[in-house]
Amino acid sequence: MDSKQKVRGFSCSIHQIGNLGLQLLWSLVHLLISIGYFVVAAAAAVESYLISSGLLTRYKVLNISKLKYLAIVIESDDAVQTSKVVQLLRWLEVMGVKRMCLYDAQGVLKKSKASIVKMLDNAVLFEELDEKDLLEKPKCMALEFASMSDGKEGVVKAANLLFAKYMELGNRDGLDDEFFTEAQVGEALRAVGCKGPEPDLLLVYAPVRCHLGFPAWRTRYTEIVHMGSLKSMRLGSLTKAVYKFTRVRQNYGK
Amino acid sequence: MDKANERASGLLGRLSGFMRSCLFKVLCMGPIPTHFSFIMDGNRRYAKKMDMGEGAGHRAGFFALVSVLKYCYEVGVKYISVYAFSIDNFKRRPEEVKTIMDLILEKTEGLLEEGSIADQYGVRVYFVGNLKLLSEQVRVAAEKVMEATAHNTRCVLLICIAYTSCDEIVNSVRECCKDKMEEIEDEEGDDGRVVNEHSAIQLVDIEKHMYMGVAPDPDILLRSSGEKRLSNYQLWQTTHCTLYSPTALWPEISLLHVVWGILKFQRSYAYFEKKKKML
Repeated sequence: MDSKQKVRGFSCSIHQIGNLGLQLLWSLVHLLISIGYFVVAAAAAVESYLISSGLLTRYKVLNISKLKYLAIVIESDDAVQTSKVVQLLRWLEVMGVKRMCLYDAQGVLKKSKASIVKMLDNAVLFEELDEKDLLEKPKCMALEFASMSDGKEGVVKAANLLFAKYMELGNRDGLDDEFFTEAQVGEALRAVGCKGPEPDLLLVYAPVRCHLGFPAWRTRYTEIVHMGSLKSMRLGSLTKAVYKFTRVRQNYGK
Repeated sequence: MDKANERASGLLGRLSGFMRSCLFKVLCMGPIPTHFSFIMDGNRRYAKKMDMGEGAGHRAGFFALVSVLKYCYEVGVKYISVYAFSIDNFKRRPEEVKTIMDLILEKTEGLLEEGSIADQYGVRVYFVGNLKLLSEQVRVAAEKVMEATAHNTRCVLLICIAYTSCDEIVNSVRECCKDKMEEIEDEEGDDGRVVNEHSAIQLVDIEKHMYMGVAPDPDILLRSSGEKRLSNYQLWQTTHCTLYSPTALWPEISLLHVVWGILKFQRSYAYFEKKKKML
């Protein structure tokens, strides 16, 4: 009995030492990855400097007409840095980007929208534009502010609106297929205030590449590009992201 | 000579399996994604690159899929979803659609055979999407596989076919409205008066009727061929999901990409856990 216990105790110790060894290896792998990312970030910083100083000539000419609507997703904790947000918008304005949606999950940007628009010289809120303005070439910057409540909760509101209409029409054969279409859901979303168009490009200023709940209905074919955190934003990286977008060719499933 | 080659390749296979198992033991010291999702992009480009005939790229892609499934199930991922065919893909040339559907039918029927990956790993298979858009042959085969694997509990494979997120949302809204209508009709008195006021549609109702409602939201989504868009795939489910776009074409996706995806997930795990707690 004693020897069995000793063997059990010994194998338990071996198991614990083995686990410790694996844990150390795991930590080492992640440390090496972090060092790798640091080196890549340093190289990106150098490249960004070369782009913004005009030394890398291929980024000088941007075919901005392809970028009709831009979305910017910002981590909510960083979205309080209004001055950084305004700086980013000024860079985009100089590039010629006029129509944008600013999104953060918790609605921090929505709360500061008035001060953001005020800090820019030539900007209006997207909801102030009428149909005529939307069709014409933009003269000033139009900003839309969105949060998570415009995403899933927007679909819930649209569903309730559609249900009210569905109830009025009553129960008849074939109604479901004609009534519930993508066009109808899109219309209901616009009616409940989720009006913005589908962005061509979505820039993510957050620790991870993720859309953080940007309205699902609007990101079918949107290019999603990770820019790093807002505090490390650079004009050169922004220029490169926009440039790369203008070179993308989409099949739309075909 | 042949026997020697066979012995050598068997030994090599066992050695690579052993090394993979050691690698996975290290990986498992950190969190492993519960749900790993894949957009299998680049099959046609691969066929063009390797000067192969039409459909050959998709066949090569199938072998890559089987390998990826094995790696994921071995490391402990419980749910895997793959974007096999989008509703938008029906716009392709009819010959190409037929080739892909024939391949899907062949491989779906293969899942019913003994020794298939579903059998080997105890995988429950779901075909997720607007299955009414499929031909009867493919739909019947899919339903047979879902029924045959319904008792499997170890892992889950969701094959998104005739699927788009927008169609999924529309379908969910439709089902919610039909449910509420039935709720009202049940509550109506004999004289047709509504006895109780019906409750509004809630977020939980919409999520219950999503095609992807049979699985938790994905933790990481890998789209091959370097494209940075989701192409109408799991837009609703990827609020807190790491998006990963390696440049390799789908048939070139290997163990390295799966491992790198898991490492990326582990690096962002703490961030997303914090975000989920805030909801």
